Amino acid sequence: MLNKNIYLILIISLVFAISFWIGFNVNLLPAEASINAPIYDELFKILFIIGLIIFIGMTIAVIYSLFKFRKRNDQIGDGIALEGNLSLEIIWTIIPSIIVLLIGLYSYNIYDRMGGMKELNHNHEMMSSNTEKIWAGISQTTDNEIAINNLSIEVSAMQFAFLFNYPKGNFISGELHVPVDQKVSMKMESKDVIHAFWVPEFRIKQDIIPGQPTILNFTPTKVGKYPIICAELCGPYHGGMRASIIVEEESDYNEWFNKNKKPEVNL
Amino acid sequence: MTISIDPQKTNNESLQPKGWLRYFSFSLDHKVIGIQYLVCGFLFYLIGGTLASAIRIELASPMSDFMPRDVYNQVLTLHGTIMIFLWIVPVVNGAFGNYLIPFYVGARDMAFPRLNAVAFWLIPPSGLMLVASYFVDGAAQAGWTAYPPLSITTPQSGQIIWILSVLLLGGSSIFGGINFIATIIKLRRPGLKLMQLPMYCWAMLGTSLLVVLSTPVLAGTLILLSFDIIANTGFFNPVLGGNVVVYQHLFWFYSHPAVYIMVLPAFGLVSEILPVHARKPLFGYTTMVFSIMGIVVLGLVVWAHHMFTSGTPPWMRLFFTIATAFIAVPTGIKFFNWVATLWGGKISINSAMLFSCGFIINFVFGGITGVALAQVPFDIHVHDTYFVVAHFHYIVYGGTVFIIFSSIYHWFPKVTGKMLNEKLGILHFIITFIGFNLCFAPQHWLGLNGMPRRVAEYDPQFQLVNQISSLGALLMALSTIPFLINVFLSVRNGKDAGDNPWNALTPEWLTSSPPPVENWEGEAPLVEEPYGYGKEISERT
Repeated sequence: MLNKNIYLILIISLVFAISFWIGFNVNLLPAEASINAPIYDELFKILFIIGLIIFIGMTIAVIYSLFKFRKRNDQIGDGIALEGNLSLEIIWTIIPSIIVLLIGLYSYNIYDRMGGMKELNHNHEMMSSNTEKIWAGISQTTDNEIAINNLSIEVSAMQFAFLFNYPKGNFISGELHVPVDQKVSMKMESKDVIHAFWVPEFRIKQDIIPGQPTILNFTPTKVGKYPIICAELCGPYHGGMRASIIVEEESDYNEWFNKNKKPEVNL
Repeated sequence: MTISIDPQKTNNESLQPKGWLRYFSFSLDHKVIGIQYLVCGFLFYLIGGTLASAIRIELASPMSDFMPRDVYNQVLTLHGTIMIFLWIVPVVNGAFGNYLIPFYVGARDMAFPRLNAVAFWLIPPSGLMLVASYFVDGAAQAGWTAYPPLSITTPQSGQIIWILSVLLLGGSSIFGGINFIATIIKLRRPGLKLMQLPMYCWAMLGTSLLVVLSTPVLAGTLILLSFDIIANTGFFNPVLGGNVVVYQHLFWFYSHPAVYIMVLPAFGLVSEILPVHARKPLFGYTTMVFSIMGIVVLGLVVWAHHMFTSGTPPWMRLFFTIATAFIAVPTGIKFFNWVATLWGGKISINSAMLFSCGFIINFVFGGITGVALAQVPFDIHVHDTYFVVAHFHYIVYGGTVFIIFSSIYHWFPKVTGKMLNEKLGILHFIITFIGFNLCFAPQHWLGLNGMPRRVAEYDPQFQLVNQISSLGALLMALSTIPFLINVFLSVRNGKDAGDNPWNALTPEWLTSSPPPVENWEGEAPLVEEPYGYGKEISERT
């Protein structure tokens, strides 16, 4: 009996060790290029490790049972008439409930750190109207912070392109340029069908809906060029609906911005 | 000339054709209808599988070069619709439900045999109509979810035929659901208590409740959508003031429970198969029943987890996260109980057992990614990517389709009186298991790294992984060959099975194989312990 328990403890520790090793050493995710990304990757790592423990454990249990309890050629008759075990059932109801609850609380915390629980309002001096109803995307910033910089961008999506309007500079661009380490706030609306704005390196995604503006806020942390991908089926050329986001140093961004800036027309 | 009909024999002897012809007739025999469902579903599975192969051929290279882009969208729409509405739902519910439920409750047929036949005969015409829409003016191309405004703006005839077809299939499903509920509740043999029923009855009771509660919502939604398309109404059309997110709520109010409509019957079937081949009672009968009902209740209140990026308020995202994640608890109980059923048994390693164990492993994997996807912050990155595609194929193929094959190996001797060839069966399992995992496991990585779903073209850095996935799909396609050879050879020349080759205790085995028209020559046996393995005969009563 003692022997059996030692083996069980040994196997369980081995499963844990393998899962933790894989969880910490195997990276399945793309580069981290926004404030969101490391927070996301932290959640991913935890879920990955818990998932591996459960999956490897269950797989071992199934394969071991098939091997250990297989019917030998000379055997006849049935297995033991075991119909249940109340304490086991209570254990495997309560432990998963606790795990699920803890994961839920933890992911709430992650979501809050990503800014998901903040009230979303988009302060556009040029566009704002108080009655406009805006549905939540994900936020990493507060309104006041947005209002003071130039980084309120209006995104319009159509079959099969994204257009980025910089109201402060009075111009429209096909590429999204943003300075590194600054908060960006985007108000997005679709001209035709549903699209989605996805930057895998930023770990953010938000549908762009016709007739219903959505907001997406983020802070890029790494200079570079990243793909913007439409993630919602939008027609035959859905797979080709791409744009680029170019994260650059502030001086480069200002140069680009001033080059494209158009004087305001007062009517 | 007058025709006199003996009222006693109306149903089955004087008017019904005999032999193989009865499978092409409006037969009222639940066993014939069950086989009709199964064979019809399998034919559509071959069509859906061909479409899947076309998708994987297109995705073997990064460019959109195998078929035109709009045809690709038609192919993926038809693939999803056919696999869900014409293969999995009719087979796990209609085929096995019709064949087994009357045996399990000790009845001679379903409660409403004519409704039952109508429910089946709605399927072939609507399925053919759906496939034929491709040849008319192009099939629907807005995905199986048919989100407006895309579904309103794509070519109309295909979309309208799609709606009509899904409405008919939904109707068939509702007729079936009502029939199962009535049969399980009202047609039980005197003396048979609810808590003595085989687990598949409970699974079908739960599933049928979901069907009856949620399918009408889908029907209503699709009718409104068709008004938007034909009559220019503005329910979901933003140009006319409609709201596209409302469609998504209504659609997923059915289509999330639809996942349980596809997997709960599989949970029931595996609960019948494992005890027989492990020679042990089903572990934890009572908790299994409660966990089914728990899944039914929770399954109705989790739909918005499909819409985490659609623009939903934070409180709503949180509620649906918690509710969704908690489904893992009753589901987990079932999996622990199945492993406990194997533990200490005398397990025959045969095709039915292998497919069932493959189901456990695949579904646990799909369930784990499901709990992860339930978390809003996790989902925001991978929603609408190949990660999700991989997840739900682990659930519906690795889960339900594995159980469909397991069930075919298990009940083939009952239906035909012949055994299937075990060597071919094990070969079928090995190719399917390897092919399936090769096809879908790499897709998790694709989704995490930036490949959205429903695309015909992708970045070149994903080519190698996509080709591995396509290779897996090729193996899956090849795996049907040993299966088909096995079925055709065994129907003709298979080893005689006898009445009860597995020495099973559930009621369908306590009659001849194949069973007589009204199931038992005499009175239906009273089976109080369908899982009484390991007990003395006298203890089983």
